[in-house]
This record gives sequence, C-alpha cells and structure tokens, in this order.
Amino acid sequence: MRSPHRTPRVSAVQRALVRDSSLVWLASGVVGVSFGAISVAGGLPVWVPVAMSVLVYAGSAQFSAVGVLLAGGGPFAAAATGLLLNTRTAAFGLAVADLLGPGRAARFLGAHLVTDETVAFALAQPDPARRRAAFWISGLGLFVVWNLGVLAGALAGGALGDTAAYGLDAAFPAVLVALVLPALRGDARLRRSAALGAALALALTPAVPAGVPVLLALAGLFLYGREGAAV
Amino acid sequence: MSASVVVILVLAVGTYAFRLVGPALHGRVVLPARVRELLAAGAVVLLAALLATGALTERGGFAGWARPAGVLVAVALAWRRAPFPVVVLGAAVTAAGLRALGVR
Repeated sequence: MRSPHRTPRVSAVQRALVRDSSLVWLASGVVGVSFGAISVAGGLPVWVPVAMSVLVYAGSAQFSAVGVLLAGGGPFAAAATGLLLNTRTAAFGLAVADLLGPGRAARFLGAHLVTDETVAFALAQPDPARRRAAFWISGLGLFVVWNLGVLAGALAGGALGDTAAYGLDAAFPAVLVALVLPALRGDARLRRSAALGAALALALTPAVPAGVPVLLALAGLFLYGREGAAV
Repeated sequence: MSASVVVILVLAVGTYAFRLVGPALHGRVVLPARVRELLAAGAVVLLAALLATGALTERGGFAGWARPAGVLVAVALAWRRAPFPVVVLGAAVTAAGLRALGVR
C-alpha cells in the first residue's frame, strides 16, 4: 500500500470486501438490535447489554449469558455458560493468528475482533493479502455495527414492545443456520456428531440449567471418529 | 447491578483470554492435527446444539410454532445458498408473519 502504483488495485479489493461485508453487517446489526431489545425487555438496564457488547463482543455467548441471568441462574452460571460457548473462539483465534500481522498492537486488537462471521468471511478469501484485508474490514465494521445495533435495540427496548412480534427471536437461530449449514453440508462425520449433540441438548433442556444442554452436546463428538475410519 | 457487573467482567476477561491464545502462541506452538480437528468439529457441534435449542425451546419449554417455522425457512434458504441477510431476515419475517396471523 506504500507504493502509489498499487493503491488503486488495493482500493478496488477493499471496496469489494466492504460490499460483501456490509451484508453480514446488516444481518448482525438486526441481531444486535434484537439482543439489546430482548435484554431491556427482560428487565436489564440499558448499560448492561451495551457494555457487554463492547467488552465481550460475542453474540451467542451474550444471548446465553443474558438468558441465564434473566432466568435467575445467577452471575457465575451466566458467565460460565457464555465462557463455555466462547471456548470456540480459541480455535478460531488459532485459525486466523497469521492474518493479524506481526505487530503487538495488531494482535491485541485483532484478537478481540475474532467472531464466527469475521473468521468465516476472512478464511473464504482466495489469497493471504485478501484474507488479511477481509479480517480487518469485516472485523472492525462488524464491531461498530453490532454495538450500534445493540445500543439502538436497548434504547428502543420498551418502545419496540413485544419483540416476538417482529420475529427477532427467530433471527438468532437463523444466523447459526447460515453459519453452520455450509460446514455440515459436506461432512458426514460432522453431521452425525452435530445431530447427536443437538438431540442430547434438546432432550436435556427441560431437566438441567440453561447453557448446560449445549455443553453436553459435545458428547456428540463420540460419533466423530477419525478420518477414513469405518463407523 | 453487581450480578451484571460480575457477568460482564468474567465473561469479557475469559473470552478475551480465549481469543488471545491463537495470536499469542502464533509461531511458537503447533497443536497436533487431531486436536485442531476436534476443536473445529466441537465448535460446529456446539453451534448446532445452540441452533436446535434456540429454535425450539424457550426457558426450558417449547418456544411455540412461529419461531421453529421461521428457522425452518432459514434452513431452506441456506440450503439453497441464499445470502446471509436473506437467511436471517427470512426467518424473522416468517416468524413475525405467522404471529401476525395469530400463530404462536
């Protein structure tokens, strides 16, 4: 980017990445509004979803933690539920570590931007330079849009009335559908494990505290086996 | 108030620690392939379980018909490789439409 001759080509790539990312930002913004609205409608003050979104910045963990909190599960159960969900960000962080660049500041900032969407978007790019640009463009944009969405939803919380009327409660599982289905589509071992895990989680949901069923779903990995091994 | 502060701080510090593992270890440690494979598969299994419980249950009980119907539309759209926002908004619009028609 230092060479003036390369600038136009780089900006064309950046424009394309912004265009594609903006679709993800829009969807996440909607989910962010839903998170803010659901939190406030459930009885939490506005600053809780807003601060949580800036500092934790992990959609599914935030929904789960607030869900446990609102269900009366207590702060440590709520945090543990979210943390257990976020263990996957360690795997994602390992996957994108080489995209963050060598600088200490870039690593510390970039680590906070590791989300399902940004990692998926970055890894889908064809070459390393584009993967790096995609990570930062998607990551920074998503951080801004997610937090603005949560703020808007939290402020509108009461005004929105019953958020279920807008179908926002269906948006969150739908985000997971869009993220998970491509991975399941081409991998029979993963499909077996995910099906067993989901069945276990559903069966256990009425019996155990919120957040626990999803963790016990990891038992589905028993069906994962090894590459090339007979079932 | 203190409960919310505890949740936010514990979750924020712990999550950031998880996220920092990769960037901090980059170039120093190489995880065995089997461990990397199970980490990746475990993430998808967790997400699929979260999807199933999020689509069908609400506070330990059945979530009603409108939400799973919306998520089913999302599955159909995602299966046909519709763009991410179309999948998400398709689910929300379906659930909202059904509720407007009186389906809970």
